[in-house]
Amino acid sequence: MIEVVNLSKHFNGSVILDTINFKVDDEKLVVILGPSGTGKTVLLKSIVGLLAVDGGEVFFDGVSLQKVTKKEIYRIRKNIGYVFQGTALFDSINVFENISLPIIEHTSISKINLNKEIKRILKIIGMEGKERLFPKELSGGMRRLVAIGRALALNPKYLFYDEPTTGLDPIACDRIKALINTLKKDYKKSGIVVTHDLEIAREVGDEVYMLKNAKIKKLKKIDKEFYEK
Amino acid sequence: MNLFSKIGNFAIFLGRSIFIPWHIRTTKERIYEQVHNVGIGSLPIIIIIAAFVGLVTTVQTSYQLIGSVPRYLLGSTVGRMVVIELGPVLTALMVSGRCASSMAAEIGTMRVTEQIDALEVMAIDPYRFLSLPRIIGTVISMPLLCIIAEFDALLFGGLYAHYFLNVPFSVFNYGLTHYFFIRDLFGGLVKTFFFGLVISTAGCYFGFQVTGGAREVGRSATYAVVVSSILILILDFLIALVVFG
Ligand SMILES: Nc1ncnc2c1ncn2[C@@H]1O[C@H](COP(=O)(O)OP(=O)(O)O)[C@@H](O)[C@H]1O
Ligand SMILES: [Mg+2]
Repeated sequence: MIEVVNLSKHFNGSVILDTINFKVDDEKLVVILGPSGTGKTVLLKSIVGLLAVDGGEVFFDGVSLQKVTKKEIYRIRKNIGYVFQGTALFDSINVFENISLPIIEHTSISKINLNKEIKRILKIIGMEGKERLFPKELSGGMRRLVAIGRALALNPKYLFYDEPTTGLDPIACDRIKALINTLKKDYKKSGIVVTHDLEIAREVGDEVYMLKNAKIKKLKKIDKEFYEK
Repeated sequence: MNLFSKIGNFAIFLGRSIFIPWHIRTTKERIYEQVHNVGIGSLPIIIIIAAFVGLVTTVQTSYQLIGSVPRYLLGSTVGRMVVIELGPVLTALMVSGRCASSMAAEIGTMRVTEQIDALEVMAIDPYRFLSLPRIIGTVISMPLLCIIAEFDALLFGGLYAHYFLNVPFSVFNYGLTHYFFIRDLFGGLVKTFFFGLVISTAGCYFGFQVTGGAREVGRSATYAVVVSSILILILDFLIALVVFG
């Protein structure tokens, strides 16, 4: 379970997040909706500790990220897969190496098992046979899929998606949404999706929040007028 | 003063990159990779530059000496200039121009495309992953490059003396070896160790500092070369004071 308690963050005086509170139950996906520039990325990065918060705490299974050592933070992060808005794939290595990097760094897996494991992940994300391609040789949708694959590498409990469908064509969008749903239902991944896309909120969200004017608010139903208001 | 706090940050960065668990199993390969990039990669340019350094030094020295002193002194003078001063400093300046800039640009680009954040969130320490192998790889490469550069420069200096200055190879070599002190070679190599540290730390430090976009990446590459070049010359002076002063 992830609990966000009174999280606050500002940049040079302008408040981006103001005492944010919510929690993510195990095997559930929380969707946070918000128009561009409201601080969705800042929220996600603050939760995993990529940005230092100004106030509040984030608990992963009861452990506060703000109260533990760097070593302990790294231990917690092995349980987190993070899909960046811009994918953040390593552009000088190929798909296979991108996905295997965290595995090689954190385990002493044999070459045969590594190959098997990467094959398994490529199958989940539907990218079999693409392992020798470099990120620049992939389409936007494929890059997102690989980024999800890399996030899955350490078999984390939590997955964070930053605008997973933004800027993709409808077919790629559907593919990503289906993948997110599969990961939740079949692989029991819980986590957070931040997006401005109402569709994805409807399709994958167990709970939906709205981030606006630095505040977060739970939505009973996802309704277009409300979003635009 | 601002300069001191900058040098302080620099030292903190170096400490943070080195005094961490090394995870030899995975880091080892990246160190080889950097020895390949910095060491092997710089060889061609170092060999060309050092050859001309040897030639020019011999020409200039003979212009100043020949006629007034015994001919073998050409060998000893050129030898010491190359081994103590020109070899280490010019090698360092070349490696700085070639590698400090590319390290800063590469790491800076990784910074702006969030690849460093990606490492962080995968629980991979970016300092261990990116700067440690670059620093160690450069520190290993520098003395080797320097010895090759010195040998190369003296070879070409000797050849020039033999064929154009009427100083036979054996005479040149006599001067070279007769007045050779191990302190000279050692002093030169000690410098390359520090130069290697400065070059790689500057490259990584300015890379990590990048915030923004393409322009900042370019600027960080420039800073890395400028700052490391200045530090190389300052260190050269300080080490000269300690070893030879
Ligand atoms: N590093 C930063 N420094 C200053 N301001 C920032 C920084 N990162 C984000 N911001 C500001 O925070 C706000 C929210 O940004 P972001 O979280 O990226 O929005 P989005 O909801 O589109 O993901 C923006 O107004 C942006 O200007
Ligand atoms: Mg964003």
